[in-house]
Amino acid sequence: MIIAERKPLAEIVDMVKGHDKILVLACRGCVTVCSAGGEREAAILASLIRLGLQKIGSSAEVIEGSLVRQCDKEYIDAIDRWQGQYDAILSTACGVGVNFIANLRPGDNVYPALNTTFFGGSAQQGIWSEQCAGCGDCVLHLTGGLCPVARCAKSLMNGPCGGSVDGRCEIDREVDCVWQLIYDRMGRLNRREELQTSVPIRDWSSAGHGGPRKQVRKDLTV
Amino acid sequence: MSFTPDIRLFSCHYTSQQSCADQGAELRKLGFPENIRLNRVSCTGKLQVTTLLKAFEEGADAVYVVGCPVDACHNVKGSLRAAKRVEAVRQALGELGVEPERVAMYHLPRGLHPEFIDAGREMNERIGKLGPGPFRLNRQTESTLMGA
Repeated sequence: MIIAERKPLAEIVDMVKGHDKILVLACRGCVTVCSAGGEREAAILASLIRLGLQKIGSSAEVIEGSLVRQCDKEYIDAIDRWQGQYDAILSTACGVGVNFIANLRPGDNVYPALNTTFFGGSAQQGIWSEQCAGCGDCVLHLTGGLCPVARCAKSLMNGPCGGSVDGRCEIDREVDCVWQLIYDRMGRLNRREELQTSVPIRDWSSAGHGGPRKQVRKDLTV
Repeated sequence: MSFTPDIRLFSCHYTSQQSCADQGAELRKLGFPENIRLNRVSCTGKLQVTTLLKAFEEGADAVYVVGCPVDACHNVKGSLRAAKRVEAVRQALGELGVEPERVAMYHLPRGLHPEFIDAGREMNERIGKLGPGPFRLNRQTESTLMGA
């Protein structure tokens, strides 16, 4: 899922302080699962905005709403139900949601309440870690299912580098060297000889270096 | 500046059980500050962050929670969850430029112990020194000590 975290409150209050009616719009997708932007977090944020505005001698009518997702046109259209009740939307979705609102609601002010951080998962309650970089050319079949693009600090395709010590990365001794994990795992799977193959120089155009990416499924378009 | 702080206390059913006997008469007799409004909840683990924030929106100068000892919560992890939420509010207040000590968590044993009275006095004294909170403009109608 997409992982995100709330922006600093001072930054959020500064964004919205000129507006009289603010709709804090939750997303019931990924950001609900990672406890950053679901209905509960939106309610907390609405309360904090009211307090923050009062602290600086300002005020606004702050209401809350939520959408199933903020990354599909039909759900964005549902914002109509709050028409007239806001002059700014503070989205607690990931950056995709904020972009979708901006794309589809030309006359609406929309602001991001979150910093979208990475694609990841939750190995234990309250802790999320990056697992995928969305690079557009998956190599997991070569690495035993462990991603060197997202989980190696250098995104090396032929690791490990010289900074790997006792299975830890040189950037932080708390961070696993994913190439050590790959090496160990491939050994357990009796596939270590596959790592002898040099991986060709990577074409990074699929990773966003070739501009914004777009995917078309002709079998689904009507 | 001399003022009477508006302090809201959320206490778990078990911790405050005896404290509430006789409509709080015993509390008053022992010198529990009368300006602290006691709200009993079934378990402090049920308290949401929004509940604590709402008290500030209503104009409270401070909010504190009294739950079971961490290793002896009637609901196992209830008071631990409450402490985490209180910490979240502390951090949020700090981000807003408000003194974080306007919200606090106490873990106290069941029943009417001197510590329960002491915690109330401590909060009262602390907030008295800090002065009025920044959210007092929204002050709602005053209620009584046992209002909730």
